[in-house]
Amino acid sequence: MPEGAPDNPACEHCSKPKTVHVTEIKAGQKIEKHLCKDCPFVNEGVGAGAGGKSHQPINELLSNFVLAHSGAGASTAQKKCEVCGMTWAKFKQGGLLGCENDYSLFEEQLTPLLKRAHEGSTHHTGKVPTRRRGDGAVRKRPNMNRLRRELTRAVEAEDYEAAARLRDQIAETEGN
Amino acid sequence: MKLSDLTGKAGEWLRGSGPMSETVISSRIRLARNVKGYTFLTTASRKHRRELEGRIRETILDADLAPKTLYVDLDQATELDRELLVERHLISRHHAAAEGARGVAVGSEEDLSIMVNEEDHLRLQVLKSGLQLDEAWEQINDVDDALEEQLEFSFHPRFGYLTACPTNVGTGIRVSVMLHLPALKLLGEIEKVFRAAKDMKLAVRGLYGEGTEATGDFYQVSNQTTLGKDEQELISDFKHTTIPKIIDYEHQARRTLRSERATALDDIVFRALGVLRSARLMSSEEALKLLSHLRLGIHLGRVKDIEIQAVNELVLMTQPAHLQKLMDKKLEGDDRKAARAEFIRYKLKAV
Repeated sequence: MPEGAPDNPACEHCSKPKTVHVTEIKAGQKIEKHLCKDCPFVNEGVGAGAGGKSHQPINELLSNFVLAHSGAGASTAQKKCEVCGMTWAKFKQGGLLGCENDYSLFEEQLTPLLKRAHEGSTHHTGKVPTRRRGDGAVRKRPNMNRLRRELTRAVEAEDYEAAARLRDQIAETEGN
Repeated sequence: MKLSDLTGKAGEWLRGSGPMSETVISSRIRLARNVKGYTFLTTASRKHRRELEGRIRETILDADLAPKTLYVDLDQATELDRELLVERHLISRHHAAAEGARGVAVGSEEDLSIMVNEEDHLRLQVLKSGLQLDEAWEQINDVDDALEEQLEFSFHPRFGYLTACPTNVGTGIRVSVMLHLPALKLLGEIEKVFRAAKDMKLAVRGLYGEGTEATGDFYQVSNQTTLGKDEQELISDFKHTTIPKIIDYEHQARRTLRSERATALDDIVFRALGVLRSARLMSSEEALKLLSHLRLGIHLGRVKDIEIQAVNELVLMTQPAHLQKLMDKKLEGDDRKAARAEFIRYKLKAV
């Protein structure tokens, strides 16, 4: 049967229809596995992280990711971080990145993964390190929608102390 | 301050006096940070790992983060000491079991702990008793700022604080609330809480976090999303929506037990007390389960001569490492169970 033929009748380990195609790179050898989605072997290899710590959520994400992008391009396979030596294949095995450069190097591959992990978000909103805030100005302009939502919730929860604080904060922000 | 100073008393988070403490055991916030200029620990050499550990240790000790700070070199610490720190929620199981240069700094009140060279270079944690998320955030944010004056953290304009695992990237925050939900469990409604939590993208874990079974009806609820939601929004969701809903639900269940199943409730509570006061051999799972029922009985006014704090302390002190530290000897099998039973009888002023 030619590789990647669509009518694969059964998983390698049980008789269910196979829907997951896992490509592993072990010692430079490309190993392809064809499994059903419920098969415990799906997570094998992609599973156990560095130091033996299991990252269940990231492993699930990664196996889903592999499912959606089974034909990951050759350019991805060849990319290797010049700072830490991380490759996409190694990351898929361990679930951990090697250095901050990996986030830029694999930005394209990481984006769909981050979306799945973080309810669709791909951009940070929140605290920014002081030394990046420049002139020591306010860390971040308060988000008015958020403040109003919080105020409603505080009133509903009868937390009047918080409500008063939020009201003042809203007034102050509007005044600016 | 020495590690042995910790054994005999319970930490701040077990005072049992914080807001909503009949249901909320503790509130915890942790931040994951990495130091710019070093690779993550996944790929760091032994030399860099050691160098980082030394640099971070010095920064923490110089920063005056708590009235007194204890630093434990975990590479040198005994297995029992590491286990003790896990039982007190000051380090993770993973950190205890790992190898190589790593440590933990603990503030004298035990509300602050900083793991050095865990999965990320730094894991800052503030732990408070009861529902005190705003207080925990304020404190941890200050600690983060203080450390950041000396250490530049890896930060990306789009991805935020960079972490070894992409599931922590962005704010690097994990907000966890430890809840005691015995009535929901007794009424068979706990599964509903799990399902609701899952729908809200929250994780529910046992007393000792990742990979541990919920024992004794203690459940830890925490966020999974760290990107695209700012810290205060996340905390506010927990404080005003998620946690109050679960608490209400548990309190309703407690009221139902008291009004509609009073005899069955008393049976469970006083059986628990009876066994705790008489048993000669006690496993830690059994102790947790019985202490959970006793705790419920105290809150509902069925048991009047024992305080909730005493039960909280017993939950901690009957864990294996604590018990062995208290008895000052290595205990296994039935010896350990006998020591646990004896300690409980002593604390509950039984025969």
